[in-house]
Amino acid sequence: MNYLARRLMTFPLVMLGVSVLVFVSIRLVPGDAITAMLGTEAGLLTPDQRAALEAYFGIDQGWFTQYWRWLAGAVQGDLGVSVTFGKPVLDVILERFPLTLELALLSMVIALAIGLPAGIFAATRNEKPSDLAVRIFAMIGQSTPNFVFALLAIYVLSVGFGVLPAMGEFTPFLENPLRNLGQMILPALTLGFAFAAAVTRISRSAMLDILSDDYIRTARAKGVPARKVIWRHALPNALIPVVTLSGVEFGYLLGGTVIVEQIFALPGLGRMVLDAILQRDYALVQGSVLFIALNFMIVNLLVDLAYAMLDPRIRLGAK
Amino acid sequence: MTQLLSVSNLRVGFGRKPEDNEIVHGVSFDLAAGETLAIVGESGSGKSVTALSVNRLVDFGGGRILDGSIQFTRENGSTLDLAAAGEQELTKIRGGEIGMIFQEPMTSLNPVLTIGEQIEESFRLHRGLTGKQAREAAKDALDRVRIPDAARRLKYCPHQLSGGMLQRVMIATALSCNPRLLIADEPTTALDVTVQAQIMALLAELKRETGMGMIFITHDIGLVAGIADKVMVMQNGEAVEQGPLDAVLDAPQHPYTKHLLSAVPHFEAGRATRTDYRRADAPSAAPALKVEGLTVRFPVTGGLLRRQTGAVHAVDGVDFDLMPGETLGIVGESGSGKSTTARAILGLVEPTRGTFSANTNGAARQSGKPVQMVFQNPYASLNPRLRVDSILAEPVMAAGGELNGETHARMRMLLDRVGLPENALQRYPHEFSGGQRQRLCIARALMLNPSVVVLDEAVSALDVSVQAKVLELLVDLQREFGLAYLFVSHDMAVVERIAHRIAVVYAGQIVEIGDAASVLSDPKHAYTKRLISAVPSVDRRKETFEVDTRQVPSLVRPLGFEPEPANWQSFGPDHMARAEA
Repeated sequence: MNYLARRLMTFPLVMLGVSVLVFVSIRLVPGDAITAMLGTEAGLLTPDQRAALEAYFGIDQGWFTQYWRWLAGAVQGDLGVSVTFGKPVLDVILERFPLTLELALLSMVIALAIGLPAGIFAATRNEKPSDLAVRIFAMIGQSTPNFVFALLAIYVLSVGFGVLPAMGEFTPFLENPLRNLGQMILPALTLGFAFAAAVTRISRSAMLDILSDDYIRTARAKGVPARKVIWRHALPNALIPVVTLSGVEFGYLLGGTVIVEQIFALPGLGRMVLDAILQRDYALVQGSVLFIALNFMIVNLLVDLAYAMLDPRIRLGAK
Repeated sequence: MTQLLSVSNLRVGFGRKPEDNEIVHGVSFDLAAGETLAIVGESGSGKSVTALSVNRLVDFGGGRILDGSIQFTRENGSTLDLAAAGEQELTKIRGGEIGMIFQEPMTSLNPVLTIGEQIEESFRLHRGLTGKQAREAAKDALDRVRIPDAARRLKYCPHQLSGGMLQRVMIATALSCNPRLLIADEPTTALDVTVQAQIMALLAELKRETGMGMIFITHDIGLVAGIADKVMVMQNGEAVEQGPLDAVLDAPQHPYTKHLLSAVPHFEAGRATRTDYRRADAPSAAPALKVEGLTVRFPVTGGLLRRQTGAVHAVDGVDFDLMPGETLGIVGESGSGKSTTARAILGLVEPTRGTFSANTNGAARQSGKPVQMVFQNPYASLNPRLRVDSILAEPVMAAGGELNGETHARMRMLLDRVGLPENALQRYPHEFSGGQRQRLCIARALMLNPSVVVLDEAVSALDVSVQAKVLELLVDLQREFGLAYLFVSHDMAVVERIAHRIAVVYAGQIVEIGDAASVLSDPKHAYTKRLISAVPSVDRRKETFEVDTRQVPSLVRPLGFEPEPANWQSFGPDHMARAEA
């Protein structure tokens, strides 16, 4: 409990650091919101008109004042207004977030459902042909860029077999779950495939390590049958690195995946951030980076809590 | 007596082509019910592989039985050849009829399961107990190995218990289903000597209670005397000698058995101490090292703001001095503060209080680093990426010296003195054996011509016969360079061989200090007595120890706690003990 409180206390500090970093770095990129928005027509603006627009967006002030005003708002939950969407930043983000979250969750479920059993299977057949097959498969999964897999999947499933609607207007899960899943399954598989490959490799190596540990020998000496040795004695110990990896990958997925969203025409966080940067939509970039950072910290916290759940040495404090 | 186990012509190989990599070459032995066979040998002798073949755990380590039979008499009187048995049959026998305990209790229990869950598992598997019944049975099993407060301990996780307690849990698990045979693979090697005595006493007692047969594997021939009926000595995968205990110990036939009995240090209660230096006869020179009131405390913090709530009194007011050419042995158990003392003297730990001064007299001792150290693990204390010449040059450079012809001459001289060839300079640490590496560490410690060398368990990681040779080397170097040694060890037999004086450390304090012969032969403090009576020896045959469940007191003290000043009692010209409360 103490630990949780201490961890939560670090959150504002990290957020402050991230906010300064993103605030400065986006402003170091040449160009400004007005030029980006109006394109060549920006050249037709009179200096007075430009000044009026700058004052409207609040970018006529010095960096420090801009930052301070933004921070004061952010603390109260007001992240400013997006120039490109003409809506509050938080609304824009929250509109996109459910899709990204769903995609990340689905990919992780797929990754764990494939990767964990495959890794355990390979570890118990160390150096046998079946182990080699799993390892080659995992290697391919990790080294194939996901757009290749995505295009292949679209081609084979939609064009070849005529199943699964690949494109079309995005439907939220709550509106029509079946249609939503039909749209999400291919992108989720695309992301989940590479993720599964990583999970396979790490669970295989963790399992191999654990299987040579002394307490596994003890379990065998007690007459524990082979299956129970794996599931009851080895797996809980091997899960720690798997959880670590899954946490990091999941955190990345929550930040959006530009290429996969682009290929499958999904309105997720990744494309939104990319557009915001290209449009110099300062408020939206700042707000979404802050949001992504917060997600990352929450995921890390959950990972640490999972450690404590898995390992009593962490839960009870090692000597 | 009825036959329990009969192993004949057992051959075991490892790896992809086990025939080409044979580790055990045709070992045969018999064991009757209620009998104990000790298998003695150094690492690599094949003793553990032989034992692991009996319950076929060797299969999981990549081993394969190539030839021979292992006839085991089962509970119902039928005989089964374990060498040819199937995995399904073996899972019933393992834990049910053959129990096993291992060397490292700290790593042999699953860290994520509670003690209770791990003991209950045996009852579930072999006795079909469930729920409350299984829990009751687990509690009884803990009671049987004399773990106090068993019901509460069942909910503990392994990391919350000490090594000795964990080994008892291991024994409780192994004996839970009343096996007819117990295999104990170096069950006390990782434990302190007084804990070792407790575990040995417990094993002997349980053996009497249950009438089980036992295979006891050890490298320590002194330990054999207390428990075995028969002894089998193994070397390079062969049984070189076997017979009844007394015959093997008193009239060894094979040269290797003789070597084990003579070259290996055995504890002799002060009769084997060195006589080449006596404090009373020495000219009253300035001490090489003087330590006064050395105190090391580590803060204990708690609460949200990590305020200090107490302190671990690791070392509490330690005083001693050390003359040139003299060895002070510091003995004590793990957690007693002996290593912390050594580290503080080297400046690796900041002492909370106290002073120590090392003598920097002498022309060659102007490096300003008069104290050097040799660590326990020669595998971990040499940087694997540095060549030996760089390793030896490092202390010189760290002291701000220059690498010149003189340094290289010293390197060659020291390598020669520690018994390594000159071409060793161009080689890397992995090209040397454990004993040779420790010689390198000794040479490195001597590069700066120190006056004091701290040896922290310096021979503990070495095989017994290598140990003896390194000890000899240390004695020679001490005479030649007039070195003062601070020799920290838990091994009384080794300390007896090298120390002139001995300080016994208990719970952060010296409880007894003095001339080695008188401390070892006539201990005065209760703890020293307990420590010495626990040391196994070839002479103490079939001696039964009382099971003693006392625990070392906690060293965590509240803030501002000060121990009472020591009240020393003198027992002769150089022998003092702390008066007991």
